[in-house]
Amino acid sequence: MTPFDATRAGAIPGLAAAQAHDHDHGAGHSSPTAIGFWIYLMSDCIIFGCLFATYAVLGGNYAGGPGPKDLFEPGFVAVETALLLISSVTFGLAMLKAEAGARGATMAWLVVTALFGAGFIGMEVYEFRHLVHIGAGPDRSAFLSAFFALVGTHGLHVTAGLIWLVTLLVQVGQRGLVPANMQRLSTLSMFWHFLDLVWIGVFSFVYLVRLI
Amino acid sequence: MSAHTQHGSHGSMGTLMTGFALAALLTIVPFALVMGEVQISRIAMIGLIMGLAAVQILVHLVFFLHVNRSAEGGWTLAASIFSVIILVIVLAGSLWVMHNMNENMMPMPDMDHMMTLQSQQG
Amino acid sequence: MSTEVANAGEVISPIFGRLTLDWIPYHEPILIGTFAGVALGGLAVLALMTYFRLWMPLWRDWVTSVDHKKIGIMYMVLGFIMMVRGFADALMMRAQQAMAAGGATGYLPPHHFDQVFTAHGVIMIFFVAMAFVTGIMNYVMPAQIGARDVAFPFLNNFSFWMTVAGALLVNISLFVGEFGRVGWLAFPPLSGAAYSTGPGMDYYLWSLQIAGVGTTLSGINLIATILKMRAPGMKLMDMSVFTWTTLCTNVLIVAAFPVLTASLALLTLDRYLGTHFFTNDFGGNAMMYINLIWIWGHPEVYILIIPCFGIFSEIVATFSGKPLFGYKAMVYATACIMVLSFVVWLHHFFTMGSGANVNTFFGITTMIISVPTGVKIFNWLFTMYKGQVRLEVPMLWTIGFLVTFTIGGMTGVLLAVPPVDFQLHNTLFLIAHFHNVIIGGVVFAVYAAVSYWWPKAFGFKLDDRLGKATFWFWFIGFWFAFMPLYALGLMGVTRRMNSYADAAWQPYFIVAAFGALLILCGILCTFANFGYSILNRKKLACGPDPWNGRTLEWAMQSPPAPYNFPQEIHVRGRDEFWRMKQEGFTWAESYAPIHMPKNTATGVLLAAFALAFGFAMVWYIWWLAGLAFLAMIAIGIGHTFNYNRDYFIPATTVAATEAKGATA
Repeated sequence: MTPFDATRAGAIPGLAAAQAHDHDHGAGHSSPTAIGFWIYLMSDCIIFGCLFATYAVLGGNYAGGPGPKDLFEPGFVAVETALLLISSVTFGLAMLKAEAGARGATMAWLVVTALFGAGFIGMEVYEFRHLVHIGAGPDRSAFLSAFFALVGTHGLHVTAGLIWLVTLLVQVGQRGLVPANMQRLSTLSMFWHFLDLVWIGVFSFVYLVRLI
Repeated sequence: MSAHTQHGSHGSMGTLMTGFALAALLTIVPFALVMGEVQISRIAMIGLIMGLAAVQILVHLVFFLHVNRSAEGGWTLAASIFSVIILVIVLAGSLWVMHNMNENMMPMPDMDHMMTLQSQQG
Repeated sequence: MSTEVANAGEVISPIFGRLTLDWIPYHEPILIGTFAGVALGGLAVLALMTYFRLWMPLWRDWVTSVDHKKIGIMYMVLGFIMMVRGFADALMMRAQQAMAAGGATGYLPPHHFDQVFTAHGVIMIFFVAMAFVTGIMNYVMPAQIGARDVAFPFLNNFSFWMTVAGALLVNISLFVGEFGRVGWLAFPPLSGAAYSTGPGMDYYLWSLQIAGVGTTLSGINLIATILKMRAPGMKLMDMSVFTWTTLCTNVLIVAAFPVLTASLALLTLDRYLGTHFFTNDFGGNAMMYINLIWIWGHPEVYILIIPCFGIFSEIVATFSGKPLFGYKAMVYATACIMVLSFVVWLHHFFTMGSGANVNTFFGITTMIISVPTGVKIFNWLFTMYKGQVRLEVPMLWTIGFLVTFTIGGMTGVLLAVPPVDFQLHNTLFLIAHFHNVIIGGVVFAVYAAVSYWWPKAFGFKLDDRLGKATFWFWFIGFWFAFMPLYALGLMGVTRRMNSYADAAWQPYFIVAAFGALLILCGILCTFANFGYSILNRKKLACGPDPWNGRTLEWAMQSPPAPYNFPQEIHVRGRDEFWRMKQEGFTWAESYAPIHMPKNTATGVLLAAFALAFGFAMVWYIWWLAGLAFLAMIAIGIGHTFNYNRDYFIPATTVAATEAKGATA
């Protein structure tokens, strides 16, 4: 762009003298990914809200079947909670390493995160199998339907997060911490922390309160 | 699209560890209350557990998800507040509506009694 | 567990699931006739496309396109096609009810009639109104904020094709199996496994879930676009009212559609896994479904109408030749409606027994929400007041809307009074009310928008006489079709009746059927207008700013270049294009290369597998469902390995395009 062009463009009402930036899709804008994904998380949060509401409304309908005190084991839930909370922190560590540009350390922490996440899913699968085995499956009562729907949806989200995490590990391995991958790491970290946040509601409202 | 504008807000080791410590504390207390079978009233216990959960959610939002007034020009905070409003409406509204409906429409324990009265009159 | 749910004695083949030849309705002459018509028409289109070698251009320029303008137009095409389907259902119902009086049974057996009214509601709301509204927002909003495209162009393409996949699934149900016989919101326990045993209810669930994914993602996309892609200098209070209403609508979509997703998912679990959310036994509660679905359902009607308020605001300001009266009041009223729409849902089931205190609360909130809407009506009237009003076709629709919608709104306030609602609940009065606001609001707005922005999209206007004929047929047809229903509703006639004993009602139904025929003429005029105007496009050609517009979309060429604006615009206030015109604006003569997103086939592939997945789930073809699901995941992950998603339009191409546009 010649100085002549700049003055000319500047002189025309309503026009930007910003051709220098024009080659960047959406010049002058920062990436919309972070806010877009946050809005997605909020909508996901409302799905969980409906499942919580269903559990709140139907959670007392045991239909003559087992209730929370017969089924829930606070120690077991405490271990699940710890696994998920620690995985959240290790993801935070991975992000700090990624910002420092340390690819190896980033990937190592991501692997640790995936292991804790997988441990959480393993425990949940075990719990579900156990409940179905003792005749407390989702078709036993409205209470159990609501329980399986809420906790199962959270579990499916964590599983999706794990698949995403493995994909990103491959991509960071292939291309390193390029801006596109940093964006994806940042987005997945939001997802992961968000799932830990939903779990606070689950362990408090689904398990602990019903054990008093 | 320079790298630093994309992901400059992941805090520091300090915020991460502060968050971890607070979250761990806020998790351990309710579990200890339930597992230790602390003797306080049921209502107080429920209030305490739900209150601690609310505080822990705030801790996660601030220390892990880095929601604050400046992130994304305040839009993450605005979106979060809006969804909390919707969540409260959905949860409280459903409970209120369904509770009233159950009160009015479900068979009550004294229904049998009423039926007997009716059949005597009829 | 599925064995408990499946029909007793039903055989589920490992290859075809429960799909057998008996499910092909070859014994129903109406369906066979329809199928023959659709097949012949489809074959003709395929043959013509092959003859004119249009397959590659269609795939390259449209199907795989991530351009918000093309996606917007495709949404409109989907909307018009589905409107024909939905309107055919409406005509069948009107004909049936005009005939089936005093012991006559009419020509539609109940099981077919029930499918027709279910399909009519589902199609008109999800695949006509939603498609139209999303299409207009997609086309117009990015241009009004001076952006080159939406925030996530690929996601936009994917959202569109998911909507199409849902629409296709509904239409497949016409010829393979059946559709739900449950009403458009499918209340349990009727829609549960015990009472809706066939695949019809499952078609309903999967088509809405698949389309719902598209709608939610498109909502996120358009919000992010408004928040992040505005031209430099454009503050929130500089945005056009249509952009504001787009923002509010999409906030509602993102907040409300998850509720629909959750409620339908729970009903799906009831039907497929034998859970007990909404069953009569084992502690289930069908009222919880009705509660949840209306938490979505009420915001949904505002999702449809709010962008229409935006459309009318643009048109009123343009054709009155002055700025919109009370811009700020309009913005705040829209925001108020957005929040209030979440606290009125119970007025859809006053009669369900929540008691006086709950009903009072929701009755009052419903009356309050009419206040900001009334504010808007006055804003439009005051914009016209002392303006130089040009009675062009878009303005005719606007005035038709003001009259019709106001009356529809007032019958709504009547229904908001719980004791009145106890009399009128589920009567034809309610049907007349919501058609009064949806036709008078949404349909009129869509027609207004099509005639207003068509010149922008294609470079020529629609024919004026046919446009006016369309308006008068729709307008008069609407009054004939729905005023009798108000009267019938007051007599206590309930909705969804296949036949009725009281022959005194028949004249009203015949008048209503006559109204539907007038609307049919309106629809025929619409397509005649499209055809006629395309054939006479040279004569009807117009410049980029045929209406003397005020907002930035009129600064683009007509039809717009792929990049919308050759240079970035610095916005200094509201109605920026008006100001630019006053100051004698031209584009600078030097252009820079423009960064654009590449087209991709991923969206349409994902949607195709989603359609296969939905079909397989409906028919219990588990192997296909599993395969299609895995394919979706594989394609989705595969897509993330593509890092090469954009390209540059060279400065020379931009210069050539702009030079061509200037001479055209």
